[in-house]
Amino acid sequence: MDPATMVGQVSSMVGKSMEQTDVHSARVKVFQWQDGVFHKVTLLFALLVLAGLFGILVSLAIEAIPALREFGPSFVWTNVWNVPEEKFGAVIAIYGTVVTSLIALFIAVPVSFGIALFLTETCPAWLRRPLGTAIELLAGVPSIIYGIWGLFIFAPLFSEHVQPYLQGAFGSIPVVGGWFSGPPIGIGILAAGIVLALMVIPFIASVMRDVFETVPSVLKESAYGVGCTTWEVVWNVVLPYTRVGVVGGVMLGLGRALGETMAVTFVIGNANRITGSLFAPGNSIASVLANEFGEASPGLHVSSLFALGLVLFVITFIVLSLSRWLIRRGTVKQGH
Amino acid sequence: MNLYNRRILINRLGIGLSMLAMAFGLLALLWILFTLFSKGFAVLSWDFFTLDTPAPGNEGGGMRNAIVGSLMIIGVTTCVSTPIGILAGIYLAEYGATSKFAAATRFVVDIMLSAPSIAIGLFIYALMVETMGGFSGWAGSVALSLIAIPVVVRTTENMLKLVPPTLREAAFALGAPRWRVSLSVTLRSVKAGVVTGVLLAIARVTGETAPLLFTALNNQFFSTDMSEPMGNLPVVIFQFAMSPYDNWNSLAWGGALLIALLVLAMNIGARLMFRANDKK
Amino acid sequence: MSTNDVELRQDIALQVRNLNFYYGNFKGLKGINLDIERHRVTAFIGPSGCGKSTLLRTFNRMFDLYPGQRAEGEIIFNGKNILDKKQDVNLVRAKIGMVFQKPTPFPMSIYENIAFGVRLYEKLSTPEMNDRVEWALRKAALWDEVKGKLQQSGLSLSGGQQQRLCIARAVAVKPEVVLLDEPTSALDPISTAKVEELIYELKSEYTIAIVTHNMQQAARISDYTAFMYLGDLIEFGATDQMFIKPQQKQTEEYITGRFG
Repeated sequence: MDPATMVGQVSSMVGKSMEQTDVHSARVKVFQWQDGVFHKVTLLFALLVLAGLFGILVSLAIEAIPALREFGPSFVWTNVWNVPEEKFGAVIAIYGTVVTSLIALFIAVPVSFGIALFLTETCPAWLRRPLGTAIELLAGVPSIIYGIWGLFIFAPLFSEHVQPYLQGAFGSIPVVGGWFSGPPIGIGILAAGIVLALMVIPFIASVMRDVFETVPSVLKESAYGVGCTTWEVVWNVVLPYTRVGVVGGVMLGLGRALGETMAVTFVIGNANRITGSLFAPGNSIASVLANEFGEASPGLHVSSLFALGLVLFVITFIVLSLSRWLIRRGTVKQGH
Repeated sequence: MNLYNRRILINRLGIGLSMLAMAFGLLALLWILFTLFSKGFAVLSWDFFTLDTPAPGNEGGGMRNAIVGSLMIIGVTTCVSTPIGILAGIYLAEYGATSKFAAATRFVVDIMLSAPSIAIGLFIYALMVETMGGFSGWAGSVALSLIAIPVVVRTTENMLKLVPPTLREAAFALGAPRWRVSLSVTLRSVKAGVVTGVLLAIARVTGETAPLLFTALNNQFFSTDMSEPMGNLPVVIFQFAMSPYDNWNSLAWGGALLIALLVLAMNIGARLMFRANDKK
Repeated sequence: MSTNDVELRQDIALQVRNLNFYYGNFKGLKGINLDIERHRVTAFIGPSGCGKSTLLRTFNRMFDLYPGQRAEGEIIFNGKNILDKKQDVNLVRAKIGMVFQKPTPFPMSIYENIAFGVRLYEKLSTPEMNDRVEWALRKAALWDEVKGKLQQSGLSLSGGQQQRLCIARAVAVKPEVVLLDEPTSALDPISTAKVEELIYELKSEYTIAIVTHNMQQAARISDYTAFMYLGDLIEFGATDQMFIKPQQKQTEEYITGRFG
């Protein structure tokens, strides 16, 4: 091919491609516009999610204003919940919420740790997946199932077989005896705490298993290499390595427990007073709301219930933020 | 006892206790499932599905109104939360790598995943029930959507992040605009994962009771009007279980079994589907 | 090839001038100058991390997808600087196609895989589109293997077929330049031979730039070869020249396998 025809061919090609480019340019303008719309639309929906959280905070705060104006900040630490006299304070419900959650964690943390340890270290490989799935399925069981089971099955057994035994064993010890005093009627703070424990075990166990699995196997192998037992490896290598993530998992469980309604409402006994006994019926924030909101008369009662909701939301918000921060920190550190 | 034996003993004790914990967890699951079946199975008769909830003191009755109500409320929830959740998830995966706003949204999504559902019920009460003149099925659906959306957002984003970067690049390399790349290629390649997320979200809200207490409330009668108070399984179970009537109590067991079966089926279905697709 | 020769310039598809590339603070490409000739195969070789893939990805601004990556300098294509912020990337990418190391079939049917890119910029009737799909698949020497199953998922093909599908997809939109980023490194020898044959066929109509870690491949299929090392363009010239008598010591050492 001689140079002249080549140049000619090339320039005709360039000309053709310019023509095509004009068609393309038109399409590209449309694309730019469409991409702009796409960006805005997806942004809008992300914004909607964000607005949800602020909506909750703001609306609870607005509805709580009458109660907070009437009772002032002392609402949070006043030990009274008297519907006929319209005197309201949050401390009874906060007490019930916190104590049931602590009982739940007291039981659930060691059990979850055991489950996570078993699933990651000692479980035969063929059982690992089915058992892990079973635990995850347990986490999916609706809390109302735990509640109804707690009320009809657990509470009667508890009052008949466990509570008298607890009273016999600890009743004469000072302080601790007080926790187990009073009639063994089954339902009450302790029963609520135990049912709650069953409910949060799968959550905590799943998170713990996940963070345990982030431990590099070289690290464990080198510990086994110097002759450590499984228990020593877990206690001295795995646990220190995953400390942050484990605490995050526990906090996640705590967040769930604090805000749980149905597993608690069925078995806590719905009584607005604080006694030293864990056998006594009480109320958590969520159970007060579930029991009273429907029939509450507009005004101070409803507003006080909103104020309780606000308190609950703020507490769980703090706990969950902390948990998320810890879990992220835990996994990021281990990611390196 | 020498040191070595002591270490072995502690190890055995620790392992033994961990097995005990596992057994405890499994037994709890089996116990709860067993009770549900033994108490609820006999109740799931023809009447249970075809008769409405009985008035106080009346014998018999079923859960037709509550079942239909629940299906409608959850159906609307699914229709509302699926597109919102997926689009918000796309935003986070597509544009959210560096922006502060996306980081804030991710944080909020994580909080909302575990936020107290009863507070969400209060919010929707204030937002819709007070202002729009009463309890309604719509309000119930919106409350449940607030719980379902974060689940869909989270799984959608996680799934999209698993797409190999070269697949996206290949689509961009053809000169495709971002929205086409996102919807026709990336999202499509993780369809199964996203559907799994939606299923998990539906499973999650199916058993939710607290947010419905102050929104959909309950309705003793059969109704398909979403702008009226609406019967639904969780609230009926709650009320019937707490009541002194025996037939109400056993209806509650039947409802609880039905819900548990639905939720478990959806959970297992979601897992099987995801796994089947994983292998392919 | 001197750049002030106007006549020859018409024959250049891409002119790279003083190109620097940064991953954050790390300089991945250092002052690259190079002309890629029209309707020729230009191969980029060098040890991994030398910047050959990075360079290829500046030609269609693929790095735009990743915050923190940026390029300075000029890449002139059809008289315009690709790197100019005002230059629309989609426009560039519609004219400069790319095929990747691993096959990347889209999650849709074989037919749709081809039609997807075409529909972006052209409105074709169904028969026209059918013709185009067949044309592209024939170009990629895949037609005979898939003509009976166009509606099957692109993922159902074998690895080598998937890669040829991706080439067909890139060709279907009728680009001027096709960039190939180690297109055969995930393929078996037989598929590799087919793809190489294909590249040879395609150069009569397209300008081809290929990154490869396989020197024999570069020697077999390319007209020009660029050897890169640590972000620098060490040597660039006609392939036979380069493999028979490299000018630079580093090139010679790499080609003879003394490092790499």
